[in-house]
Amino acid sequence: MSFWLEALIVLVVLSNLRVLGASRIDACVRTVAFQGVLLGLLPLLAHSDALTVRLFLQAGASTFIKALVFPWLLGRAVREAGVQRETDPFVSYTASLAAGILFLAVALWLGARLPSAGAEELRLLVPVALFTILVGLFIIVARRKAVTQVLGYLVLENGIYTFGMAFAEKQPLLVELGILLDVFVAVFVMGITIYHISREFDHIDADRLSELRD
Amino acid sequence: MRTLVHLPLALLLAPLLPGVIHRVKAFFGGRDGVPLFQLYYDLARLLRKGAVYSRTTTWVFRAGPVVVLASTLAALTLLPLGGLPALMAFPGDLLLFAYLLALGRFFMVLAALDTGSAFEGMGASREVWYSALAEPALLLALAAMARQSGALSLNDLYASLSPESLYTPGGPALLLAAAALLVVFLAENARIPFDDPNTHLELTMVHEVMILDHSGPDLAFLEYASALKLWALGSLLTGLLLPLHEGGTLIDAAAGVGGLVLLAVGVGVLESCMARLRLTRVSNLLAAATALAVLALMLVRRGA
Repeated sequence: MSFWLEALIVLVVLSNLRVLGASRIDACVRTVAFQGVLLGLLPLLAHSDALTVRLFLQAGASTFIKALVFPWLLGRAVREAGVQRETDPFVSYTASLAAGILFLAVALWLGARLPSAGAEELRLLVPVALFTILVGLFIIVARRKAVTQVLGYLVLENGIYTFGMAFAEKQPLLVELGILLDVFVAVFVMGITIYHISREFDHIDADRLSELRD
Repeated sequence: MRTLVHLPLALLLAPLLPGVIHRVKAFFGGRDGVPLFQLYYDLARLLRKGAVYSRTTTWVFRAGPVVVLASTLAALTLLPLGGLPALMAFPGDLLLFAYLLALGRFFMVLAALDTGSAFEGMGASREVWYSALAEPALLLALAAMARQSGALSLNDLYASLSPESLYTPGGPALLLAAAALLVVFLAENARIPFDDPNTHLELTMVHEVMILDHSGPDLAFLEYASALKLWALGSLLTGLLLPLHEGGTLIDAAAGVGGLVLLAVGVGVLESCMARLRLTRVSNLLAAATALAVLALMLVRRGA
């Protein structure tokens, strides 16, 4: 495995930990955008021996959407809804970090158990993908604000994308672009929903929505 | 012969490092600052004076500075400086190194508690809190480096490092360990994101408040020991980031000392650009350092 690929994978893990430990929403949004850039570089480094136009297209499209469009949409949602800057966790930041370490251990253990399908040098990708998915799920569950839940959803999608990277040659481009489009629409709709929730109820605290009655 | 070089070098030059940090901070602040050799003058002045002991203190208070200095010196004998090997080496000495530093800290805390002063008790409590969080990070970072190099002695461990080892596979893990060690270095030496060594307001001090009641030679011992500790943890870090083994004793010594001076300049710049962290955020940063060390350990375990 090349130094750069390993460094990139480590940076993906670190950006996940940062999302878990950051207390500001805009810091989280920037970190997820940075993760988008990293994931855009990933296919180019992981398959550097067999670069195709298709890979470049895939990398370019995902970087554009993940690093530019999503942060812009989320930033707009935060501004329009007048969200406070703290992420309001159910689980404290230090405990979140500890949970992240636990997830990493579980993901590495699980990744070692799975039959390695891809090439030798891509074996680290599967545990990192599992780790990213777990972190995304954790963010969705452990944060109170609707915006951070969308961020968790994005991290989750990044994990699925990383998982697909391990098998990038075998995966049809159409499937990848389809997933990207789905996520794009989802984030778009969520942005609008956040805006409407905050206009109806003066807050976007998803926890308090469960108390609604008619 | 080469094994004899590091310890005298450390004994002689360690008080220089705080001076370098001071000068860099003074430069950033647009001040002239204290002379580079201020700590040497301070030590010489303190050693000529007598010590004052409160009647409420016991032998623990008098033993504190001696044990702190002795344990730091013992830790230094186990420590290589860049290409220069340590005076003593045996498998597992990295654990002994960590716990010799812990022993010194334990006695400093005991001596502080022995005075019965409320402020010193508060400083002691904070010191223990910081170190309880910093110790896992230090040990896990050392464990990751030991796993990567397959050596259980600090000497073999640092001898196996080379400039290439940072850029080949496994390098990212070493860089993560270095980042964790940097945070530990700052926390253990009471540098700025954790503690401001220049404040003399008891409520904000951590290390300084614990040595308030020491005087004369005792204070000199503690100041000297803390300079040696700065040197010790600093050479852990520079040995990892500047692993130069040219072979010549003189060149290796120059590279090691140069690395430490560079580190001191870096710390000075860092302290000039950063504010002290709020006390409740300190545990966050130390937990993050532990996370980095765990990640490094997992990466090298996976790669092996």
